Amino acid sequence: MSFYVVQFLTGLASAASLFLVASGLSIIFGVTRIVNFAHGAFYMLGAYMAFTLTERLSGTVGFWGGIVLAALAVAAVGAAVEMILLRRIYKSPELFQLLATFGLTLMVEDLVVILWGPDDLLGRRAPGFRGAIDVFGQNLPSYDLFLIVIGPVVLGALWLLFHRTRWGVLVRAATQDRDMVAALGVNQKWLFTSVFAAGVFLAALGGALQIPRDAVNHTMDLRIIVDVFVVVVIGGLGSITGAFAAAVLVSELNAFGILVFPKISIILVFLVMAAVLIVRPWGLFGKAETAPRRTPGSAVRPWRPLTFAERVAVALVFAAAASLPLFGGNYAISVATEIVIFALFAASLHFLMSAGGLASFGHAAYFGLGSYGVALLAKLAGAPMLVCLLAGPLLGLAGAVVFGFFAVRLSGVYFAMLTLAFAQIAWSVAFQWVEVTGGDNGLLGIWPARLVATPARFYWLSLAISAALVVALRVMVFSPFGYALRATRDSALRGEAIGIDGKRVQWIAFVIAGTIAAVAGALFAYLKGSVFPDSLGISLSVDGLVMVLLGGVETVSGAIVGAIVYKALNIWLVSQTELSKLVLGGLIIVLVVAFPRGIVGMAELVVDRLRRRAQLSASPPSAALAQDIESAK
Amino acid sequence: MSGTAPVLEVEGLTKSYGGVHAVRGVSFSVAQGEIVALIGPNGAGKTTCFNMLNGQIPPDAGRVRLLGEDTTDCPPRVVWRRGVGRTFQITATFSTMTVRENIQVALASHASRTFNLWRSMPDFARRDADALLGLVDMAGYADRPCGELAYGDLKRLELAVALANNPRLLLMDEPTAGMAPKERVALMRLVARIARERTIGVLFTEHDMDVVFEHAERVLVLNRGQLIAEGTPASVRRDPQVRAIYLGEGLLYEGGQHEGANG
Repeated sequence: MSFYVVQFLTGLASAASLFLVASGLSIIFGVTRIVNFAHGAFYMLGAYMAFTLTERLSGTVGFWGGIVLAALAVAAVGAAVEMILLRRIYKSPELFQLLATFGLTLMVEDLVVILWGPDDLLGRRAPGFRGAIDVFGQNLPSYDLFLIVIGPVVLGALWLLFHRTRWGVLVRAATQDRDMVAALGVNQKWLFTSVFAAGVFLAALGGALQIPRDAVNHTMDLRIIVDVFVVVVIGGLGSITGAFAAAVLVSELNAFGILVFPKISIILVFLVMAAVLIVRPWGLFGKAETAPRRTPGSAVRPWRPLTFAERVAVALVFAAAASLPLFGGNYAISVATEIVIFALFAASLHFLMSAGGLASFGHAAYFGLGSYGVALLAKLAGAPMLVCLLAGPLLGLAGAVVFGFFAVRLSGVYFAMLTLAFAQIAWSVAFQWVEVTGGDNGLLGIWPARLVATPARFYWLSLAISAALVVALRVMVFSPFGYALRATRDSALRGEAIGIDGKRVQWIAFVIAGTIAAVAGALFAYLKGSVFPDSLGISLSVDGLVMVLLGGVETVSGAIVGAIVYKALNIWLVSQTELSKLVLGGLIIVLVVAFPRGIVGMAELVVDRLRRRAQLSASPPSAALAQDIESAK
Repeated sequence: MSGTAPVLEVEGLTKSYGGVHAVRGVSFSVAQGEIVALIGPNGAGKTTCFNMLNGQIPPDAGRVRLLGEDTTDCPPRVVWRRGVGRTFQITATFSTMTVRENIQVALASHASRTFNLWRSMPDFARRDADALLGLVDMAGYADRPCGELAYGDLKRLELAVALANNPRLLLMDEPTAGMAPKERVALMRLVARIARERTIGVLFTEHDMDVVFEHAERVLVLNRGQLIAEGTPASVRRDPQVRAIYLGEGLLYEGGQHEGANG
């Protein structure tokens, strides 16, 4: 009995930080409509700053002053970020905002390692809360009691702030109707900056308050952000009460999940999240987003199938790619194989994003499930390669069927957060379920059949499968199904009014994209001869997103080009610098801010302009004028 | 009214939002090929009424029957399959497709080809799509991106899309809103002509009384969620209550108090 009480109290104590970070995310989203992926990074910065300040400043005042100062310092950094970066992307599609703030997260991760080193740092104990107290014969750190109190205190303080101050009233007003607040003469710029700084302050405070409890390290940002996403999905974005209730719920589920499913405790959180989503898709305290915002892929210029000449050109490129083993060495061939596999992965994500308007932040889950499907069949059942390649991806398909069912009920940022959370759950299972998956050690010794065992032959196999599936994806884009998918993206209202079951169409698209990603994952397992939890991880999901973005979200097949350029760049970069995350994060931000059309998108634009100019000079002046008016419309 | 079975029958339709009774006990019917206007001042509940007819929002009470079958709790896509075309107050089209493709999507859905993964859509039912575009005088626009059409053209495109399933009934929520006066008249004449040629029942809401009185065979007047008058354009025009709503502010105010006391 006493054990359960202590477990419950520990859960409540963990809820405090989670609530602080989640409420900050919610406040920022309410006003700016940006889901700040970098919130975990600010939480981590808060912890590092607090570590340094509490080391330097001595005594009780020094400790608590250091905690608050750390949060204030990080809030100032947040304000700078808002002014320099976010102001440029408030009008961008959600996907770009999520990606830009993720790029920021990557940069912070490397900066933290530069400044504080890669090792775990142990913070000081809080003065006055060093001991433990006795709860029914069990020890509970007194600092946990302090944290249990701090959660409701902050909730109360936020309530006062939002109901008793002019600033708070403005924030609530802007959460309901930004345009009206602007029309009433409130300076939007400063309101946004102050709200962002306040949200970051809460995140940093959450991080700073963790240091007497947990070691500070450079991976804590992603751990917290996934929990926070789960919290806001359950509680409802934009609701502080929801953030509090859901933070308590998730922390308790984590605390007791270990007792119910010791190996895969995260399953319990997943089950509760699924139940909430079925009953209340917008979270326990959330409200349905009224008008869905513009999704990427809605360029005005309609897509068209390739012309004959273009098909010939593609066939020539394919032939050139297929001839690589004739002159390339083994290293070049294995790099090319990896690129081909990732091109397939990126193409599957791109199908979902461009035609479906569904930006998944957890597409690696299906890639990884495909890898594990192959590995488990090969290792546990001893199945031959052909069987593994055909049946392994079915694990990815099954994952996409289950996760997709829930994910397509939501759209926009909720969809992104949910897919990320699902992928993280899949990752946790692979990581924790050591008996089956080998945990962190992975599964080793997955070798291809002798027929395709040479690098060149395996390259040809990968190229053939990838090319066939990319062609299949393109056929689907221009099939009635592809049009129904785009129709649902463009106007779900109109789609429904002409008999299209949008949710089902999106679900099937999700399953198709997931299965093709799983095929890529299956090939990848054979390329590497091993499978690790990383192949389900966030960084691979984001790699996919960057490939799509680099190639051009609004194109039909830009992801292929994006994957080739990105993967080649990445392999080269890792060999050149230790700080690849810093460079990659910077690249993402530059892409989003300055180059949102991507390589293929830009190329199409240039070709279009040249063609128009040629037409103009060829046609008589009056016709040229008409053309000009036409294009100006 | 020609005496044939009605395409649409509505009985006691009711919807409240919180304490606001948006629609209260509305009953009416539309006969085959009949053109009926639903009019009323802003906030009378016209759009709410419309959204319940095609299943977009579920009514609190009442029944909707289409071609004799109960469709009260059916989603819009099912209602569409029963033969109802719908246009929206603010046009809803697929802006990243060409004009022709907008029609082709509807045609493919009508032919139950939505889940076909391999056929080429750009070649699908091209002739039928072009015929529909010809019907609304947009044959020359087939390859234009829908996203760059003028608003009046979008309205006509929506009409063509709504006709793609050979509907028995068209529901048009303010078909001419946001159009120039000349265009309004032309569009409604077009709708009336098509409806007569193909015996399609039309129910439309409209603020432009010239349009209403030129085309409607019957007019329903909605005020504060209730049907207060029904009849030929001439009789509705003479109705003192209707006159009060549209002309006499004083009478409306009294009526409003009366209504408020009731509700």
